Amino acid sequence: MKEITLDATIENIAQVTAFIDEELENLNCSMKAMMQIDVAIDEIFGNIARYAYTPNIGKATVQLDFDAESRNVTITFIDQGIPHNPLNFAEPDVTLSAEERTVGGLGIFLVRKTMDDVRYSDENGMNHFSIIKKI
Amino acid sequence: MTITKTQDGDQLNIALEGRLDTMTSPELESELHASLDGVNQLTLDFSKLDYISSAGLRVLLSAHKALSGKGGMKVTHVNDIVQEVFDVTGFADILDIE
Repeated sequence: MKEITLDATIENIAQVTAFIDEELENLNCSMKAMMQIDVAIDEIFGNIARYAYTPNIGKATVQLDFDAESRNVTITFIDQGIPHNPLNFAEPDVTLSAEERTVGGLGIFLVRKTMDDVRYSDENGMNHFSIIKKI
Repeated sequence: MTITKTQDGDQLNIALEGRLDTMTSPELESELHASLDGVNQLTLDFSKLDYISSAGLRVLLSAHKALSGKGGMKVTHVNDIVQEVFDVTGFADILDIE
């Protein structure tokens, strides 16, 4: 398992993305899967940066696990901020017209649609959110 | 992300290169805010755009609304990753994609 721990800030999304992309390249991940994972990182780490510790700044850890047999990569985002299960968000109505549209909840919806699986657990007061993607 | 603007009368073309995400979307938002006055038609050229996240969708939606009573907004040269995001989120039905 590989992991990185850093301040949960918007600016650090780029560092998380670079860390994960380097690992994915070593695993011969397809370009498409890597881009989908990069979008997911933007959505998930972005949410943690915006909401987990507001108005303070806290740490977040991002772990990467790879199962060689299934070629599934599992990326887990861990924070100690306010308990928050993104999967409890109501799914947005993606059929509304432009005038009626908002983009609230759209990010996590996108993650659910492009990853093979997503999981949330509260472990000892820490938010664990995992995305699983076959690469 | 690199933003390249080309204006021809009341038509504005904006080419994006890189990633339209949480970090870069505010750049596009302020660029549009500064440039849309007097623009009738907006074309966003995505030929060099790698991907878009929901932060980028938010900016596209407000630009789309700003141009809706005018000549409209077009998005061109969309790659597979970006098209998938548009399809999944229903933006493919809202936006004029060429």
